[in-house]
Amino acid sequence: MRLKTEPNLSEPDRFYEALIDVHRELSAEQSECLNARLILLLANHIGHMEVLSEALIIAEEIE
Amino acid sequence: MQKTYSNPVYPYVSSTDLNAEKAPHHPVVIVGAGPGGLALSIDFASQGISTVVLDDNNTVSVGSRAICFAKRTLEIMNRLGCAQRMIEKGVLWKHGKVFFKEERVYDFDLLNEGDHQIPAFINLQQYYFEEYLVDKVAEFKEIDLRWKSKVIAIDSQKDSTEIRVSVPDGEYTLTCDYLVCADGANSGVRSMLGLESKGQVFQDRFLISDVVMKANFPTERWFWFDPPFHPNQSALLHKQPDNVWRIDLQLGSDADPEYEQQEHVIRPRIQAMLGPETEFDIEWASVYTFQCRKMDHFIHNKVFFVGDAAHQVSPFGARGANGCIQSAENLVWKVANVLKGQAPEALIETYNTERQQGAKENILNSTRSTDFITPKNHISRVFRDQTLRLAKKFGFARTLVNSGRLSTPCQYTDSPLNSVELDTFDSPLCPGSVPKDAPIGVYGEQQWLLNQLGNQFVVLVTLDTIGPEEISEIIKLSDIQNLKILVAGNAILPDVIKSKVTKIDCTKGVLVERYDLKQNTTYLFRPDQIVSGRWRQCMSQTVEKAMRRALGFELNTDVSDRQTKTFEELK
Repeated sequence: MRLKTEPNLSEPDRFYEALIDVHRELSAEQSECLNARLILLLANHIGHMEVLSEALIIAEEIE
Repeated sequence: MQKTYSNPVYPYVSSTDLNAEKAPHHPVVIVGAGPGGLALSIDFASQGISTVVLDDNNTVSVGSRAICFAKRTLEIMNRLGCAQRMIEKGVLWKHGKVFFKEERVYDFDLLNEGDHQIPAFINLQQYYFEEYLVDKVAEFKEIDLRWKSKVIAIDSQKDSTEIRVSVPDGEYTLTCDYLVCADGANSGVRSMLGLESKGQVFQDRFLISDVVMKANFPTERWFWFDPPFHPNQSALLHKQPDNVWRIDLQLGSDADPEYEQQEHVIRPRIQAMLGPETEFDIEWASVYTFQCRKMDHFIHNKVFFVGDAAHQVSPFGARGANGCIQSAENLVWKVANVLKGQAPEALIETYNTERQQGAKENILNSTRSTDFITPKNHISRVFRDQTLRLAKKFGFARTLVNSGRLSTPCQYTDSPLNSVELDTFDSPLCPGSVPKDAPIGVYGEQQWLLNQLGNQFVVLVTLDTIGPEEISEIIKLSDIQNLKILVAGNAILPDVIKSKVTKIDCTKGVLVERYDLKQNTTYLFRPDQIVSGRWRQCMSQTVEKAMRRALGFELNTDVSDRQTKTFEELK
């Protein structure tokens, strides 16, 4: 299985707003923790190691 | 400090080798009488091979060190006739708790599979483990165990080895065909040969102590991440026999080991952990840093490295002593078959290939645990802590919590000794696997499969019906040297083969299910019980070929290929 990089979000604007909103009241430190929890939850949902590896590589390369 | 156990003192006996005119020669000399050296000597004796065992001390392990012995180790001990005492004395456990800060995050139950003769784990102090092995050694005339005998020089040549041994009343020289070094993490022989064990040293220091408690704590493994009684560090509590509890306390990287080792410093740390009401005595304590390292090659000419001398891990996951015993078992049958002229020398090289894989697996697991327990930077600590917070509520996060992945045996799935699997099986026991035990009946007696496998080649054939073809194949199998035949299934065996095989009954059908046995299904087991091939047909020719392959007769070309490759890599 490959990582989907073509548009896949059912409601992109709404998701982005929700992502910003959830961090709105948080300190940088709290945001960092929330992001960690979010990554762990989403990684488990994806499940497939090859998809996760691809995402890790792409995320790393952009840096 | 130690009250529950007093170390035996074994007598030094002067060897006749001391006054020999010419350096005496022994086929196998073992350096080190720890868990590895002792297991090696008994296993060699069970193969009819005499050994000399040299140990620079005259007692068993001082302080407890290894405490957790896993199923495969105990199965090997059972084959060596030592498991019963260990299991009787040991503490059986399967429950555990994980804490994070003030909270209990979750409980676990190892939910061990039923219908096994040997438990999944026992906790037992290393000194008992060694003592029982020393007692067993005394039963073998093939083993010459020499205490207070230190190897002080070595000359390792391509085909033989000469060592100089220092004893209380002098020095002497020995030569041997094979020298097996199980002389621990700081192997003297390894240093004398200028060989290295390379890897990673972890910065964090740990206080490891054994305490006797008057309180009644449950028989569980408790692990704390960042507990209030020991902020920012980790702690482990685990029960051993004699009401002794193992406590591991992470001290951080800037702790001073001299200072931390003092009783007046240790006491309040442990009191804070156990609660102010708990009375306890300290049996033994030591401050450690952990290392995960191994040698690039476990064989040097005719010198073999086994256990911590060859590969060392951090203690999380109990992979040190358990890995050591598996290495010992892997080596013995190979050396034994070569010494008896039943296998080519090339077979022994696979000790390195197979156990390098085992060592890498153990180092990988133990490094991952250490990295989870002692996060190396800010972000890994964030992920670690958030994993623990999620684990309180969600099962998925519990699979990420890593306070030690308990030792499971290595699967040699890529071993050149395996026969290629061509048939389909609904059982994970492919070539290279450690066998699974199962209750069986042997001539009306309740037995276990592993006891029937022993330390020789065994072929297991399934016959629910039997015709002339099957009879002919069984007869041909019985003509193969050094091969034991087990027949499972419901077929009534004719007299002509009855005496050539051991008939086993598949009590409760566990054996049939674990091995996915059908009419004619055939398994071949190596002398270390590893599955070396399995087929849906029983063809004596295939089995014979597989046995030759497992004995290394098809390795020659592989080995030279590998050597060429290494040579090219060097260039």
